[in-house]
Amino acid sequence: MAARRPYVRPMQPGWWRRNPYFVRYMAREATAPFVALYALILLAGLVCLAEGPEAWRAYIEALQSRGWLALHVLLVGIFTYHTFSWFAIMPKTLPPVIVDGRRLEAGAITGAGLAAATLCMWILWIVAGGAA
Amino acid sequence: MSKRSNQPFFWALFGAGGMLSALVGAMLVFITGIAMPLGIGAPGDLAAYDRALAVARSVPGKLFLFVAVSLFLWHAAHRTYHTLHDFGIKPGAIAWVCCYGVALAGTLVALGALFAVGF
Repeated sequence: MAARRPYVRPMQPGWWRRNPYFVRYMAREATAPFVALYALILLAGLVCLAEGPEAWRAYIEALQSRGWLALHVLLVGIFTYHTFSWFAIMPKTLPPVIVDGRRLEAGAITGAGLAAATLCMWILWIVAGGAA
Repeated sequence: MSKRSNQPFFWALFGAGGMLSALVGAMLVFITGIAMPLGIGAPGDLAAYDRALAVARSVPGKLFLFVAVSLFLWHAAHRTYHTLHDFGIKPGAIAWVCCYGVALAGTLVALGALFAVGF
């Protein structure tokens, strides 16, 4: 029996670089591994916290090193980009929002999302500063 | 009867994680990765063991930390898994474990750690 050999279209590495639309797409998708990386750093903190004061101190001392601080500065930038790109594509990922019989404009959805993000981050900052 | 797709479930986790990280991600990274180790921005020592412990022991703090770690991982797993295709990598069992497996393991470790810190 002959094996099926479906045609697979060849793919050039870096095919997405030719079109700014695909570059933006790839930039959006590329935030994902960094989001995972941060989640794992945060998780390591939780594990150290559960282990006790000594492990927690070691975790904080590691975070105080130049390399980890630089990484976190980079991560803040990437997360900020994620916020902008997430709400920039939201008019397309959301079902049409109808207000007064008319479709809500894309700019209004993006604007509302960014405003909500600003508010949520401000609340988190206030809560974290006042916690415990 | 056709087998039901599990896509809506993973897509929901992707969407929830993407939304949470878009709403608070940058600030959370700033707090735990810059303000906490440098001791800036907030009165007192953000990095103090007792203070971090109190956050992880409180109900809202525990819930938030669990949801943040877990949903960020599921979001990243789903997005990475579906982008592999654009790099010419065929999705398969190994790719699945590298993406969703990490998210599942991270979720379980987070549950264990948040349970171990006490209440």
